[in-house]
Amino acid sequence: MCHLKNIFHYINIELKGGVFFVVVTKPSPLPLLSLPIFPLAVLDFEIDRKMLGVARRKLGFGLFSATRVLPAGSVLPRKYSTAAKEITVREALNSALDEEMSADPKVFLMGEEVGEYQGAYKISKGLLEKYGPDRVLDTPITEAGFTGIGVGAAYYGLRPVVEFMTFNFSMQAIDHIINSAAKSNYMSAGQISVPIVFRGPNGAAAGVGAQHSQCYAAWYAHVPGLKVLSPYSSEDARGLLKAAIRDPDPVVFLENELLYGESFPVSAEVLDSSFCLPIGKAKIEREGKHVTITAFSKMVGYALQAAEILSKEGIDAEVINLRSIRPLDRATINASVRKTNRLVTVEEGFPQHGVGAEICMSVMEESFEYLDAPVERIAGADVPMPYAANLERMAVPQVDDIVRATKRACYRSVPMAAAA
Amino acid sequence: MAAAARRLSAASLPLRHHHLLLRPFASSASGQPPITVETSVPFTAHKIEPPSRLVDTTPSELLTFFRDMSMMRRMEIAADSLYKSKLIRGFCHLYDGQEAVAIGLEAAITKKDAIITAYRDHCIFLARGGSLVESYAELMGRRSGCSKGKGGSMHFYKKDSGFFGGHGIVGAQVPLGCGLAFAQKYTKEGTVSFALYGDGAANQGQLFEALNISALWDLPVILVCENNHYGMGTAEWRAAKSPSYYKRGDYVPGLKVDGMDVLAVKQACKFAKEYALQNGPIILEMDTYRYHGHSMSDPGSTYRTRDEITGVRQERDPIERIRKLILSNELATASELKDIEKEVRKEVDDAIAQAKESPMPDPSELFTNVYVKGFGAEVFGTDRKEVKAVLP
Repeated sequence: MCHLKNIFHYINIELKGGVFFVVVTKPSPLPLLSLPIFPLAVLDFEIDRKMLGVARRKLGFGLFSATRVLPAGSVLPRKYSTAAKEITVREALNSALDEEMSADPKVFLMGEEVGEYQGAYKISKGLLEKYGPDRVLDTPITEAGFTGIGVGAAYYGLRPVVEFMTFNFSMQAIDHIINSAAKSNYMSAGQISVPIVFRGPNGAAAGVGAQHSQCYAAWYAHVPGLKVLSPYSSEDARGLLKAAIRDPDPVVFLENELLYGESFPVSAEVLDSSFCLPIGKAKIEREGKHVTITAFSKMVGYALQAAEILSKEGIDAEVINLRSIRPLDRATINASVRKTNRLVTVEEGFPQHGVGAEICMSVMEESFEYLDAPVERIAGADVPMPYAANLERMAVPQVDDIVRATKRACYRSVPMAAAA
Repeated sequence: MAAAARRLSAASLPLRHHHLLLRPFASSASGQPPITVETSVPFTAHKIEPPSRLVDTTPSELLTFFRDMSMMRRMEIAADSLYKSKLIRGFCHLYDGQEAVAIGLEAAITKKDAIITAYRDHCIFLARGGSLVESYAELMGRRSGCSKGKGGSMHFYKKDSGFFGGHGIVGAQVPLGCGLAFAQKYTKEGTVSFALYGDGAANQGQLFEALNISALWDLPVILVCENNHYGMGTAEWRAAKSPSYYKRGDYVPGLKVDGMDVLAVKQACKFAKEYALQNGPIILEMDTYRYHGHSMSDPGSTYRTRDEITGVRQERDPIERIRKLILSNELATASELKDIEKEVRKEVDDAIAQAKESPMPDPSELFTNVYVKGFGAEVFGTDRKEVKAVLP
């Protein structure tokens, strides 16, 4: 088979046996809602996952030719929807910033390239022109310095939004996030509150290598005094960013670069400038009966796709979009597990001491008797992110990983060969 | 006048400080004759014209300086005893010797200006209007402490009078102080921020990052290096290739000030505030000295000689300097000054007694102030099945 064209990083057109196929080499992060329903040529969904020395477990892979088109929104005609307008996550974040800056003159934005460059990922497009250089500040490449300045401004009572070009660079400023921001309200017994938002893309992009791909959800969610939010859809992006900016405590706002360009339908309520989502509440994206899948950010899209696939095999999965990593909505997760009796946690970050580990423990503590199977955990591979596309694919969770793990949780997979 | 002049020249002054000029004028509006004093040494300047060595003061100001510095001195020495009797735990970094910086700074500014410092913060808290009782109660971890016992020695705050702490991470307070100045400029308050740091912190990268941004954005921040010549046990010449901290700002002007001369400190800070409001950041290096070690667990004599310590105490002690100034100007008698010291001692003892009566925080305080708004999130103790709470 030959690759003729790479439309996007996750779609190839391949010529196989004289027929053109659109082959998805990595699932699209689109939600299923935007799937158009019109016929196309037969598509093959094949994943090149030859693990070194480990035979692929044929867990129903033969059955598993998902015939599906997963194009990006702009390749095919936009899905015709009766009600909703669609906006991209980028537009959602931009409008949220704009509205909050308009509503409260104490809100200002600082970071690298947020002003004249219009934002490294164009999230702050138009804001400099609208609010001027006193409120949209381009900083030098000095995270420790400008983050400290942001926190100091918050001590005084302003409401800074500090952008990290990616959260990988936040490590240079992490002392200010944790020791200067998170702990101050406690150490001062309430005298010094820190109404600051640290935002930026988190986790893996595509092909950016080890130093630019780490997920920091577990790191920041570890710390008392911080709130950690991670949106998935445009509605999440708008509602959670507005909530974060209005919040009197330091909020770490973990976006995802690959989601910025994705469109999601939004209702009129979401588009209203007073729209806000509660912090600490997860959203049930898809109701189900048999198994609960938790995820956040990009993985929510993957979990929804996995749920679609599983539904064809009679497994009805409930997908929870965490939205808030700290505070974690243990109540919603546990209520769901008590209903379904099975749990799969999904995250992009490194597995050890990750978000899934905390969720698993929470369920063990509160809902042990309700579990019919051990909790399954899908996470990024426990290695620095490799560059080569095939290795990268192996390092980031894929939809079929989620499907496989869910089947295991449902005791629907072939028992593992005696590997021990 | 001649007689007064003769009395002056006969006044016994320490060897280094010959040039004490006194020119009494006609009485000021307050009925007090203003006094002009010359600083011990001229200011050394980097990329700026230094202010005059002649500092205006009044008798009541000098007496207030004496009282306040004696209070600080006494407070720190009493804290030493409390630490040794294990009523104060953890870290305790004492400021005795450096009082002139705290007092001189306060005399030059208002409570609307902001100060932020590191962990040697007890006396700055006091200068900003904090009380002795709040200080001792905090040191002993009691609920009437300024941080309700939850902060400790390194985390004193008094936001209502512009004191933003009290920080444990060396150097972190400098970008934070630049942020305070940013907010002051943003809100057009016409006030300034003073970010205090030591010679040990002066080499921190984040300081230069924040200084760069402050200079670019013309932030009204004054960086004050309290150079007591030792970063914990490391002498300045071992830590800094260039220990001329007032010059380290490069493109940012600086002044070197005798930090043991409260009037020099006041003059420099007044000058710096006016400068910063117009032009952006400036660095002040205060040449000062701490009599105690770095903290209570450091005897302070393994890396410096006892002779050096006693030498500074004899030659440059800030309280003694003011005492001599008061006595030579006949603003008070020696026994009046002794009485002040006795009063101060009693005040400190009373405050300690009162602080000792304050109980420890209620166990429920373990879970308060984690957030301003907790949204009903659960928070857990060490054994979450035993102890948990809801964050309001």
